[in-house]
Amino acid sequence: MKRHFRVWRGDASGGDLRDFDVEVNEGEVVLDIIHRLQATQAPDLACRWNCKAGKCGSCSMEINGKPRLGCMTRMSTFTDDETITVTPIRTFPVIRDLVTDVSFNYEKARETPAFAPPPGVAPGEYRMQQVDVERSQEFRKCIECFLCQNTCHVIRDHDENKPAFSGPRYFIRAAELDMHPLDDRSDRKEYAQASQGLGYCNITKCCTEVCPEHIKITDNAIIPMKERVVDRRYDPIVWLGRKIFRRDQLESADGAVPTVNPPMSSARLPEGPPVGPDGHMEIAELSAPTQGGLSPFGEDLSFPLPPEYVSYHHPERPSEA
Amino acid sequence: MTTTATKPGGGGRLRAAITARTLRTDRWWLAPLVTFIGLGAWVTYATVRVFMHQWFFVEEYLYLTPFYSPCLTDLCGPAAEFGTPLPSFLLIPEAAFTLPFLLLFRLTCYYYRKAYYRAFWLSPPACAVPDGHKTYSGETRFPLIFQNAHRYAFYAAVIISVINTWDAIHAQTTGLGLGNVILWINVLMLWAYTASCHSCRHIIGGRMKHFSRHPVRYRLWTFVSALNTRHMQLAWITLGTLALTDFYIMGLAAGWFTDLRIIG
Ligand code: SF4
Ligand code: SF4
Ligand code: FES
Ligand code: FES
Repeated sequence: MKRHFRVWRGDASGGDLRDFDVEVNEGEVVLDIIHRLQATQAPDLACRWNCKAGKCGSCSMEINGKPRLGCMTRMSTFTDDETITVTPIRTFPVIRDLVTDVSFNYEKARETPAFAPPPGVAPGEYRMQQVDVERSQEFRKCIECFLCQNTCHVIRDHDENKPAFSGPRYFIRAAELDMHPLDDRSDRKEYAQASQGLGYCNITKCCTEVCPEHIKITDNAIIPMKERVVDRRYDPIVWLGRKIFRRDQLESADGAVPTVNPPMSSARLPEGPPVGPDGHMEIAELSAPTQGGLSPFGEDLSFPLPPEYVSYHHPERPSEA
Repeated sequence: MTTTATKPGGGGRLRAAITARTLRTDRWWLAPLVTFIGLGAWVTYATVRVFMHQWFFVEEYLYLTPFYSPCLTDLCGPAAEFGTPLPSFLLIPEAAFTLPFLLLFRLTCYYYRKAYYRAFWLSPPACAVPDGHKTYSGETRFPLIFQNAHRYAFYAAVIISVINTWDAIHAQTTGLGLGNVILWINVLMLWAYTASCHSCRHIIGGRMKHFSRHPVRYRLWTFVSALNTRHMQLAWITLGTLALTDFYIMGLAAGWFTDLRIIG
């Protein structure tokens, strides 16, 4: 059966919705139809995908205006005569057709402080209880599809907030580490408030609504982080409790000496992939200097990385960090 | 000639030129509209009732509406349980010491924030529908930074729930009628709503790093978390029970109908 599709085609210099009538078979998903378009009417239609199982987070697009994974949106959820409009995710600069440049997210990832190893525990010696690490594990389900980042109106509708706002994906990262039983940093709440722009979020829950992994981003990460900030900055009773019961000393009585926090992020700056003399990337990997997908971090890395590229701080040798 | 892809991070930083403000085809406006009407109607009803200054107490069965509890002005008569420090004046609600805190509690509630930011402030009206405003600074500065005071309002709300419970117990001394049942359901729901608060969830256990060291608080946290997932439902249910309780008592006090008595 043929269905009517409208697909956005173009690049940074402009574009529009193009009409297609495509064959749709039972059990197919939107990504299948995009592939059929590539195979038949539009061989140069650009689209990112990888697993077709909702696990790689590549195929984020907007289907009938809703941010979704193309591979997880069944055609059977639409009525027979419905026109299906497919557009690239809006919040990030478009590269071509359905492919956008999501490097904003990689920059924010790099700015988010990494796990801080507990002092006196060698790697490999980490032990924790399931109940303690459970909350953090929910956030590990994230597949980095960036649908939440795309939907969040703070940057979707207000591009100027991008420098100040890390977005829900990195709020769950901050919460994951702040709730982690072994993470040694104690300033993640302050960091979330001051540098990640937690205060910009007005908990309208769109990130939760679109997350394909059903992570309760707002309820389990953002609101708890906001509450943790309140603990530190606004709650008089917690403050009194601290004074009276010496809670601070209690928490560190089990050997964890409060450490000087290492710097927030590595010194490594974002790098782009190699480009040709025209300032553009190669159109196909056949002619690129390296085969396979180009790394958004640059292709000229050699291992081991120079220390200033790494934001890991050795628990016993902090000076070498 | 084929155009090559733009280099990520450099080059063109423009978004896809999509003219439609939203391409959503479902009825995304329905939820904010229902919220708008629901909250608007409730606030109107509550305001009218609070400034009505009558029909708030049924002396025979000691039913006091939650909108007038604790009753603190000269008008209260036998409904006054905690003295009458306030003069009766058109603009002073009978429960002038508690209503502001209840208002603050609901206004700064994480669920209601979501509801009115979407339905009243259109920021955003629905997901992937553009914000109705040109600029946006969220809750980073005055006045919205005061949303962080929710914790204080929560403490106040716990005290007020105790007072409401006292009202229900007090009314119980006269026997048992439909009014008592309504009062108890209301109190129970108010407790459920208050306990399901995100601040409560945090205080009770969410703030800890090691659940394993505090098994009792962990159990409590698990319980509150289960309630917390229904916070939105409870927010609406309590609006319903509050209005219903108030209306029932108003009807009794005004003599529109009589209480259905089971005992006494
Ligand atoms: S809840 Fe906060 S982070 Fe999530 S989409 Fe809404 S404003 Fe953005
Ligand atoms: S939190 Fe959910 S929506 Fe956001 S990037 Fe991860 S999987 Fe995608
Ligand atoms: S192709 Fe991997 S998530 Fe859709
Ligand atoms: S009452 Fe709704 S979050 Fe506290």
